[in-house]
Amino acid sequence: MAGKQQEALADPLFNSNPIALQVLGICSALAVTTRMDTSLVMSIAVICVLTLSNVFISLLRNGIPTNIRIIVQLTIIASLVIVTDQILKAYLPDISKQLSVFVGLIITNCIIMGRAEAYAMANPPGMSLLDGIGNGLGYAVILMATAFLRELFGSGRLFGKEILPLVTEGGWYNPNGLMLLSPSAFFIIGGLIWALRVWKTDQIEAE
Amino acid sequence: MQRSPLYTILFATAVCIVCAIVVSASAVSLKERQEFNAALEKQRNVLQAAGLMDADEKLDAQEIAQRFARIEMEVIELTTGEPAPDVDPETFNQAREAKNPSTSTPAPPNPSLVKRLPNHALIYKVLDEEGGDIEAVVLPVEGYGLWKTLYGFIALEDDLNTVRGITFYDHGETPGLGGEVDNPRWKSRWVGRKVFGDDGELKIEVIKGFAPPPDEAPYKVDGLSGATLTSRGVTNLVHFWLGENGFGPYLEKIEQRRAT
Repeated sequence: MAGKQQEALADPLFNSNPIALQVLGICSALAVTTRMDTSLVMSIAVICVLTLSNVFISLLRNGIPTNIRIIVQLTIIASLVIVTDQILKAYLPDISKQLSVFVGLIITNCIIMGRAEAYAMANPPGMSLLDGIGNGLGYAVILMATAFLRELFGSGRLFGKEILPLVTEGGWYNPNGLMLLSPSAFFIIGGLIWALRVWKTDQIEAE
Repeated sequence: MQRSPLYTILFATAVCIVCAIVVSASAVSLKERQEFNAALEKQRNVLQAAGLMDADEKLDAQEIAQRFARIEMEVIELTTGEPAPDVDPETFNQAREAKNPSTSTPAPPNPSLVKRLPNHALIYKVLDEEGGDIEAVVLPVEGYGLWKTLYGFIALEDDLNTVRGITFYDHGETPGLGGEVDNPRWKSRWVGRKVFGDDGELKIEVIKGFAPPPDEAPYKVDGLSGATLTSRGVTNLVHFWLGENGFGPYLEKIEQRRAT
């Protein structure tokens, strides 16, 4: 049993990462990763929503009528997202402004619906909780890695602190503007998926 | 699991009620803090438009209050441009007044989709270092962009023609495209441009593409690439609020007072 719980928590980190292997939740990964602080807040928000939605849906799983299950899942997810958005607006107004619509768009983040439908509907709350945290962390790992590269090479900073002094401010580093644009996240995530598949060859799909 | 229709309906109702209670409870309990944040954000924007604060500066409530020492708030009557000393600027809420039919008038049809004009408006005068003379005036503006109404401020220098700054504190434009109205670099392209032409007509315009420096093209501002409708919306709202239905009478009153 202990092994199964560990699996639910740790598997989504690298073995079945929601972004890298399941290729879900890409849209927000492109949008919010220009800076590490916004990525961190976004990751925490997704972990909270995913974990709570998994738990609530798992608790209700035996009562939810099959024909309206998707609507019920969405209602629960949407409510959690609105509450998260309200909390961010009240306590982190600056970051909430930068994340703008993307907090609201957590509702449409396929990871959350995907886990609700694939896991929480069929497993008890405890396991669903771990699955939620695990998948949230898997999302966070990719988000933070992408943001690290984009912020470092795009603006010479990490968490807003100067690491590479920029040419425009008298330093030596000429920032790579592409890193600040969304397409760079495609390249980086693609690179991460490649690296992950070199490391874990069983993720390569059969030709 | 197949359930009876009655069960399904009851279940859906119960889920909706519980979710509605959770969402409204959070909205109501956090409202006060959010409004406090929104008010601070508005003040920050007044300071930025007035040129008393850099875009990347992070100020807390106390520092903002300190810098506001150089700002004098005044409520004016919109149609006459006269001061309205009986309205307290601290508690005056322009948005609320515009919504209330007894304190507002319907606006003439306009491209900014402003529906009602409040009877009064809150303006901010920027005083010089000694706190004596008025250096600039910050006027609230609002108007439709592509998705939603943009709310912001435009600051005019002493000559009531040169732009000192422009900011938007609330908008719903597409991030990365129209959302670039927030971009400090774009906002800085407004500084030094002229709003009115020689015979007093509104000439400032957000053009397509790049505009030369203010001394060569005083009436043109760089467009936002990929956001034609937002750019047009910004031109419209500046024209509306500096025109006869907006702050035109007020600006005229100041000119007259100076002339005499």
